[in-house]
Amino acid sequence: MRRLPHLVRWFLIGLLAIVPIEQVAAQLRVDITRGNVEPLPIAIPEFLSNTAEANQIARDMSEVITNNLSRSGLFRPVDRKAFIEEPSGVEVRPNFNNWRVLNAQALVVGGASFKADGELQVEFRLWDVFAETAMTGLSLSTAPSNWRRIAHIVSDTIYERITGERGYFDTRVVYISETGPQNQRVKRLAIMDQDGANHRFLTNGDTLVLTPRFSPTSQEITYLAYYNEQPRVYLFNIDTGEQEVLGDFPGMTFAPRFSPDGNNVVMSLAEQGNTDIYAMDLRTRRVNRLTKNTAIDTGPSYAPDGRQIVFESDRSGSQQLYTMRSDGSDIQRISFGEGRYGTPVWSPRGDLIAFTKIFRGEFHIGVIRPDGAGERLLTKGFLVEGPTWAPNGRVLMFFRQTKSDSAGRGGSSRLFSIDLTGFNEREVITPVEASDPAWSPPSVQ
Amino acid sequence: MRLNLPSIMAAMFVLAACSTASEEASDAGGAGGAVDSGSTPQVAATGPQPGTQADLVANVGDRVFFDFDRHSLKPDARATVERWSAWLKTYPQVTVTIEGHADERGTREYNLALGERRANSALEYMQSLGVDSSRVRIISFGKERPAVLGSTDDAYSQNRRSVLVVN
Repeated sequence: MRRLPHLVRWFLIGLLAIVPIEQVAAQLRVDITRGNVEPLPIAIPEFLSNTAEANQIARDMSEVITNNLSRSGLFRPVDRKAFIEEPSGVEVRPNFNNWRVLNAQALVVGGASFKADGELQVEFRLWDVFAETAMTGLSLSTAPSNWRRIAHIVSDTIYERITGERGYFDTRVVYISETGPQNQRVKRLAIMDQDGANHRFLTNGDTLVLTPRFSPTSQEITYLAYYNEQPRVYLFNIDTGEQEVLGDFPGMTFAPRFSPDGNNVVMSLAEQGNTDIYAMDLRTRRVNRLTKNTAIDTGPSYAPDGRQIVFESDRSGSQQLYTMRSDGSDIQRISFGEGRYGTPVWSPRGDLIAFTKIFRGEFHIGVIRPDGAGERLLTKGFLVEGPTWAPNGRVLMFFRQTKSDSAGRGGSSRLFSIDLTGFNEREVITPVEASDPAWSPPSVQ
Repeated sequence: MRLNLPSIMAAMFVLAACSTASEEASDAGGAGGAVDSGSTPQVAATGPQPGTQADLVANVGDRVFFDFDRHSLKPDARATVERWSAWLKTYPQVTVTIEGHADERGTREYNLALGERRANSALEYMQSLGVDSSRVRIISFGKERPAVLGSTDDAYSQNRRSVLVVN
């Protein structure tokens, strides 16, 4: 399939933020230094359908796709009330003039219909309105109950074709749901789609739970729970609800994270006032001690190739970021700025490490290169903490807590997503307050 | 059927007496029960039952405080831990937990480690004073369980603490 002039040009300017090309510089506002992009106008008419029942699914799918693309900050869905024509069929070539006058650069025409065997047939085409050609499309059939997942896959296909980046809409987020006053906070493990749909609680709130993280290879979560008043790292199976404590350690284990191949969990053990980092092989259950230092060594996170680990340590006297080989050798300090650095997490692309920074009384979310160069702060607040990467390494999620008064009022905690550029910060809506988000790996299709 | 009010009240009185007696028995074995027994008249008149959490809070002090991002015991904290140690020697059947806590101005995982350090600081000093460490366990709550609400320096200074809790 050919890449089309207008959208190609738009992609180069919008997403790579390179020097503007003269012909379109007039219609796009591009702030190169801040990476701000003018969202691409895209028309997404309601999907076509063949029955009243399919019509509801078609409408809902169009909404999910519209919301996904809009929330990404890279697309601006054109108001449907301005539409001059409605598509008459997925195979029918649109009258592009009717979309050009709306300044829609891209057009999504789709359909969702029931087949005789009861399966849902979904198809769509992505059109370049100015070049008048089809960019991509998809046709598949599935159980009707999968409609939302399919809408995410369609969104990913559009995002990938226009940006050249992998989509992240067909993903989930595990996080900690919070209710009650800060001194009696009830925390529950919860999971949802990245857009907030299909929300489900995984624990009942009787036990304090913290810092969940997805397995890259299985339907499992590792997290910290205070069962029997003993803070320990657990492995939790999302499908069965079964869980097991990881290892038999003499003290508190916490800050767990999977290795990229899913075979190891790296975590901290606190014992006799000292916290070090250990890795457990989930197949043999053998434990390997990676750091041996009187400092607090915690927050370990593997590089996507599994060869290195970034972690935080106060061995210099304050919290700073370090890298080491995954066997614990070759420890290098990488953060040297003013302030304290914690919660490092390596990007799935390998090129950056996200962190929380405490500096001059404020908390920041930032990124830094693995060699310590190029520190960049994306957002700040009274308390922002715990970044997690979308699987495409372009979007981060974190939590933001506000100040509370002496009666505990005002201290809310919510999830937010933000572009790597520092733009497009948006709240991720959850049923109650929330913290400690962790993005899932890409879904297997 | 008519209710016989006086006999019901008499039955309730007997039940209450039984419950108090069993609490005292279990307290002697080292269990808690300070909150419940505190509501009975004879205990209120004589102060908290010795060897209980209420006794610790009223007569010894159940917590010590730390400076920001520190886990060393300050002089007044050392004095409190010395009283903890003496108190534990007075009640050899009592076992305890030391909780370590941090204020909200740190990251979650670091604060868990910091809370563990704070609990351990108190434990190590108690051990040096001759307290049997098998009677003491420690737990860190990081910034998860503030004692005082609010995002103020005063609240933070009260939340950076270790607390002795009777098991």
